[in-house]
Amino acid sequence: MKVVRDTEDKGGNKGGGEKRKWYKHYDLYFLVSVIFLYLILFFFDQESVYSSLKVTGNIFIQIIPILFFVIIFMALIDYFLHPKTVAKYVGKGSGIKGWFLAISTGIISHGPIYIWYPLLRDLRDKGMRSGLIAAFLYSRAIKIPLLPLMVYYFGALFVVVLLPYMVIASLIEGQIIELIENRKDKLQ
Amino acid sequence: MEEKKGMTNPKPVGGEKAKSIVMSFYRAFKNLGSALPTLLGVVLLLGLFLAYVSKQFIASVFTGELFIDTVIGSAVGSISAGNPITSYIIGGELMKEGVSLFAITAFIVTWVTVSIVHFPAEAAFLGRRFAFIRNSLGFILAILVSIATVTTLMVIQ
Repeated sequence: MKVVRDTEDKGGNKGGGEKRKWYKHYDLYFLVSVIFLYLILFFFDQESVYSSLKVTGNIFIQIIPILFFVIIFMALIDYFLHPKTVAKYVGKGSGIKGWFLAISTGIISHGPIYIWYPLLRDLRDKGMRSGLIAAFLYSRAIKIPLLPLMVYYFGALFVVVLLPYMVIASLIEGQIIELIENRKDKLQ
Repeated sequence: MEEKKGMTNPKPVGGEKAKSIVMSFYRAFKNLGSALPTLLGVVLLLGLFLAYVSKQFIASVFTGELFIDTVIGSAVGSISAGNPITSYIIGGELMKEGVSLFAITAFIVTWVTVSIVHFPAEAAFLGRRFAFIRNSLGFILAILVSIATVTTLMVIQ
């Protein structure tokens, strides 16, 4: 706990601006290289490229409703949550409540993982601990709507045993990430 | 309209801009808009992945040795991504093929928790270092989770 406190407000946000700029180009490079990959493949295997595009289209159709949900979520968070509030619940020194909140929202959250990244970045800029972000991302592996399906394939007992271990694993992952980040802060 | 009155603000704001819900929505749109190139890239990559990697291919990489298969399961799940339902279906089919539950558990856990396909997006938003550490840890943890789960199951049964 002490370690967490004495690293408060170090660096983190300062580097944010510069890094953001660099990543702005990075995401364009990424998109361009994926498109380039498509173009190259197009010459060798048109059919697969078409079916890839079809799959891509389907995925987009599936995630659009969730994207709207994310936008509403982000707007409401922006409106209601002051950085101080964020810091209180999921910031440094938020304690057990923070872990509980991160893991339970991770379990409830749905949709693909990548549409949550912008929101998590926002929350981190507002002061959310990175250990909690990791715990959130890990606990997302537990999907309540999909549990019946999991039971169907692997049996109820398997699911009952696996889930607590998943929660423990998300705690461990968050804790280790926090330890590593704190060490980095100390070294700087 | 009431928001305007409320702008004297319930929160103890020090030098923060006054907020309206419209501005909040505008910011959310802008934020997600700036995320679109990455999202588009990831989904396109996912499309390629799903078109090229078949279930048969995934089944063919397992060896039958328990620990190696668990590591392979973890690795294959890390590379793969997409709807978790797909991972259950593949996992179920692998089970029919006689692949051990250790490997399958590691596979379905890393399917969601570790993702090489999503790595560029995660690195862009949350930092390369964070993404790298998180995914590597996820890989190792999946192996541990699968060993713990299957061992517990064996003890119970």
